[in-house]
Amino acid sequence: MSSSAPSTIDAASRALAAGELSATDLASAMLDRIAAVEPTVHALLTVTADRALADAREADRRRGAGESGPLLGIPIVLKDLFATDGIRTTCGSRILEHYVPPYDADAVTRLARAGAVLVGKANMDEFAMGSSNENSAFGPSRNPWDPGRVPGGSSGGSAAAVAAGECLGALGTDTGGSIRLPASYCGVTGLKPTYGRVSRYGVTAYASSLDQVGPFAHTVRDVSVLLGAIAGHDPRDSTSAPQPVPDYVAALTGDVRGLRFGIPAEYFADGIATAVEKSVREAIETLRGLGATVVDVSLPHTSYGIAAYYLIATAEASSNLARYDGVKYGHRAKRGADELLEMYRHTRDEGFGAEVKRRILLGTYALSAGYYDAYYRKAQKVRTLVRNDFRRAFETCDLILTPTSPGTAFRIGEKVADPLAMYLSDVFTVPTNLAGLPGLSVPCGFDEAGLPIGLQLLAPPFEEADLLRAGDAYQRATDFHERRPAEIGAASGGRSEASEQQSA
Amino acid sequence: MSDTRDETPDYGDWEPVIGLEVHAQLLTESKLFCGCSASFGAAPNAHTCPVCMGFPGVLPVLNERALEFAIRTGIATGCTIPTRARWARKNYFYPDLPKGYQISMFDEPLAIGGGIDVETPAGTKRVRLTRIHMEEDAGKNIHDTDDAHSLVDLNRAGVPLMEIVSEPDIASAAEAADYLRTLRSLLQYLEVCDGNLEQGSFRCDANVSVRKKGDPKLGTRTEIKNINSFRNVERAIDSEIRRQIDLIESGGTVRQETRGWDADRGRTLAMRSKEDAHDYRYFPEPDLLPLEVPRERIEAIRGELPELPAARRDRFVEQYGIPDYDAGVLTARRDLADYYEAAVRTHPNPKALSNWVMGDVLRTVRERGLDEALVIRDWPVSAESLGRLVARIDDGTISGKIAKTVLEEMLASGAEPDDVIERKGLRQVTDAGAITGAVEEVLAANPDKVAEYRGGKDKLLGFFVGQIMKATGGKANPQAVNQILRARLGEPGTSSGG
Repeated sequence: MSSSAPSTIDAASRALAAGELSATDLASAMLDRIAAVEPTVHALLTVTADRALADAREADRRRGAGESGPLLGIPIVLKDLFATDGIRTTCGSRILEHYVPPYDADAVTRLARAGAVLVGKANMDEFAMGSSNENSAFGPSRNPWDPGRVPGGSSGGSAAAVAAGECLGALGTDTGGSIRLPASYCGVTGLKPTYGRVSRYGVTAYASSLDQVGPFAHTVRDVSVLLGAIAGHDPRDSTSAPQPVPDYVAALTGDVRGLRFGIPAEYFADGIATAVEKSVREAIETLRGLGATVVDVSLPHTSYGIAAYYLIATAEASSNLARYDGVKYGHRAKRGADELLEMYRHTRDEGFGAEVKRRILLGTYALSAGYYDAYYRKAQKVRTLVRNDFRRAFETCDLILTPTSPGTAFRIGEKVADPLAMYLSDVFTVPTNLAGLPGLSVPCGFDEAGLPIGLQLLAPPFEEADLLRAGDAYQRATDFHERRPAEIGAASGGRSEASEQQSA
Repeated sequence: MSDTRDETPDYGDWEPVIGLEVHAQLLTESKLFCGCSASFGAAPNAHTCPVCMGFPGVLPVLNERALEFAIRTGIATGCTIPTRARWARKNYFYPDLPKGYQISMFDEPLAIGGGIDVETPAGTKRVRLTRIHMEEDAGKNIHDTDDAHSLVDLNRAGVPLMEIVSEPDIASAAEAADYLRTLRSLLQYLEVCDGNLEQGSFRCDANVSVRKKGDPKLGTRTEIKNINSFRNVERAIDSEIRRQIDLIESGGTVRQETRGWDADRGRTLAMRSKEDAHDYRYFPEPDLLPLEVPRERIEAIRGELPELPAARRDRFVEQYGIPDYDAGVLTARRDLADYYEAAVRTHPNPKALSNWVMGDVLRTVRERGLDEALVIRDWPVSAESLGRLVARIDDGTISGKIAKTVLEEMLASGAEPDDVIERKGLRQVTDAGAITGAVEEVLAANPDKVAEYRGGKDKLLGFFVGQIMKATGGKANPQAVNQILRARLGEPGTSSGG
C-alpha cells in the first residue's frame, strides 16, 4: 500500500466518495500489503483475494449506481469463526481445517449489505480459547509492534491485521476479553458490545452466554461505523436484543463535560505493570481536563471473576464443542473408525489442541453429577454478584475506566507452560462479559519496550453511544491511536530472531 | 375400550407399581427450533438445514406453535403452568444427535402436577401427572442398508416432542393400556398429536416395580423402552411384572436398569444398568431465553380449549339419551363425535344414528384404515348425508336392510341417499295391492311348501317372506309382507283356507 493510501475507514470512505480512489484500487493495495506482511504477521488463515476483488468491483458498481455509505468498498477481515458461505471457516482448529460453511453469519450478511470488501479470514486461538493466539492450530499470529510477541487473543489475527494495515476494520468475538485484550496489545481500538447487541447467528460458539461479536479499527469513529452496521435484532438469535440501534457516529460529539468516570480500586491492585498504571492515570487526567468528572467506585467481587468465568465458559464450551464428532463435517480420524466410541475418541484427540481439551475436560467436570452445585451453580451465583457490583457502581458514575490488561504483549512462548498466568491477562476484561456489559479498549500509551497499552471503558447495558463518545473525545485529545508500528519485514535483528525461534 | 384386554392377571400377594413416560410428537408443520418440515416419510435428510444438522454457529429459535400445544395439553390435564420454565441441554454423544446435546427441559418444566381420569372396568381411576416438558427429537441411525457404513437420517432431528410423565399410580398392565388410550384420545382431541404409534408420534416407556401388598416402600424399578403398540404395552409390562416377581421369589433382587421389549420373544431384555447410565450433565440452555408465559396467554389458551372427551361423553348420555358405552365409543375420537353430532343435527334420531356411526361407519372407516389419521378426511359420506339416509328409514321410504345397500352405494360413488334410492329404484313398496300380487305369485309357485306350512311347519314363514322380498327386489315393506302373508296363509296347523 502506498504511504498516501488511507489507513482509516473514515479517510478511505471520503476518498472513495470523492472518486479519488476506487474500491478495486483499495482492495488491490490491501492484497499487496497482505502479501508483504503476512509472512511475518500471520494474521490471516485464508486470504480471500478473488472474493475481495469481486466484492470491490461490486462496491464500485454500486457506487456508480448512486449508492453511498461509510463501508461501501471498505476492506475488512473476519475472525475465522464467522460462517462465510463457500469460504472455509476453521475456527483455528484442525477439526475444521477443511470445513466450508453453507451459509453466512448475520454480521457477515450485514457487512456485505453495507458494501464491505472481505479480504481474509483472521487467525485466532482455537475455538476462541486463549489470550495469546498461540492456541491456533495453524501457528500464532505475531504482534506487528514486535513479531516476537503475541498479539493477544483470542481475536489476535483480527487485531494484528488492523495494526499491520492489512485491512481497515475487522470483526472478532469477545467471550472474556478476546477483542479488548488483542486491541490493547496491538495498539488498536476494539469494542465488545452489550451481550445481545450483535447477533451471534453464524458465529461458532465458545461460551454462548458470554460470546459477543464486535469490531476492531484504528479509531473509535471507525469502530462506531462498524458497530452501526452489525448491530440490531436478529430473529435467528433468540438472545439478540430488540433495542433500536442509535446513530453511533452522530453520538461522537467530542463532549465529555459532566460525564462521570468511575475508577475501581480493585483494577489498580497488585500485578499491574508500572507503565500501564502510569498511562491509565494520565488518561484519567486527560479526561478530567476535557471536563469529565472522576469518582471512586468499588467492584468488590472482581477477584472472583476469573474463577467463575473458567467454570461457566468451559461448561458451556464442553457442550458447544460436542458437535465436532467426525460424523457430519470436519475431521474424522481414520483409525478406529469401525467402532463408534473409538471414532469419537480418535477424531477428537486428533482434531482438538491441548487448551481446547483442557477446557472441555474442565467444563465436563464442572457439570458432572455431584459437582454441579459446587462449581457451575456457585459460579452462576458469583456471576450475579459481579453483575450487582457493576449495577451498584453505575449508580454513581456513567462509565467505568480501567486498564484493559495488567500488562502489555508478552513474548511468544512465555506463558504457554503456565495456563493460570495466561488466564490472568483477562482479569480486567472477564467481569464485563459475566455482567454482559459493553467495553471499549483504546490505545493510551506505550511501555518502556514501545509496546501499546490499552485503556478500557465500560458502560451500562446498551450505552455504547456514551462509551464511544468518551473514547472518541479521548482520541481527539491524544494521538496514541495514530501511531503505527515500524515497517514490518524491516524489523530489527532482535525481533527477527524472536520470530525465527517461534517458527522453528 | 377393553376389547383387547386379557383377563386381569393374578399376581398373588404382589402389587405392581407402574409409571409411564409418553413422548408425544407435537403436530406442528415445522420443527421445534428451525423452519424445516416436521412431517414423516420424506427421503432421508430431505427435511434438514444447518440448524437441525448442528452446523457451527447455528442457534435455535422456538416454534411458538409447539409451545402453545404443550401449554394446551398442560391446561387440559389440570397441570400448573409455572410463571417460568427453562430449556436445558441434555448432553450425550450419538450420531443421530447432531449437536451432541438435546434441547430439553430439566428442573424447570413447562407444566407440573395435574392428572388424567381413566375409565377402567373397576371404575374411574385418577392417574396423577408429575410433569410435562418439551424437547426436540433425535434423528435415526440406519445400520441395515449398507454393509460398510451406518447411515444417519436427520429428518426427525429437531421435531417437537412433549414428554408426559405420570406418577407411579398405575396398578396393572391393563390399566397402563387404558391410561395410554385415554391420553392418546385426549391429545387427539386437543389436536396436538396424531397419536400414531407405528410412525412413532406417540411413544411410551414404562417404569415398573413390584412390592408386597400393603408394603409402603417401593421396590426397585426397571424402565422398559421400545414399546410400539397398546397390545405390547400390556404384554411388556405384564411380562416384566412376572419377571420381577419370579426373580424375587427365587431369592434374587431386581437391578435398577433399562430393559428393551422384545415383542418376538415376548419378554424384556436388559439394555444397560444404572452403573452404565449416562451423566447427562444438564445445564440451562444459554441460546434460549427462559420461557416466561404471561398469565393472559395461558388464560387465552384455556379459553380456546375444546370440550374434552370425558365431559363430552357425559353430555352425550345426558343430551342424546344413549348408553354410556355408546357415548364412550363415539367420543373416543373428536372427529367421530363431531360427525355424530352433525348427523343428529340433520336428523334428530340419536339412538339410530349412534348405531349407524358405531356400526357401519366405524367398521368401514377401520377397514379402510382411515382412523390412522388424526382427522378422518377421506370419508366419502358426510354426516348430513348419513342423517338423511336414516331419515329415509324413519319415514318408511326404505327399510333398514335396503339402507345398508344405499350406504354401500353412497360410499362407492359419494352420491346422496335420495339419488341412490331413486336411481336404483329402491323405494320401499308399501302398497298392499303390489305386495298381495307378489304373495300370490310365491304361494302359487310353491304349493307343496304351502301345504307343509299349513300342516304345522310354521318355520316356513321365513321362507315365504324371503321369496317375496326376492320377488320385490327387497323393496317390499317387511311388516306389510308379514301381515298380508299371514292373512293369506292363515294360522299354521289349520288346514282351512284354499
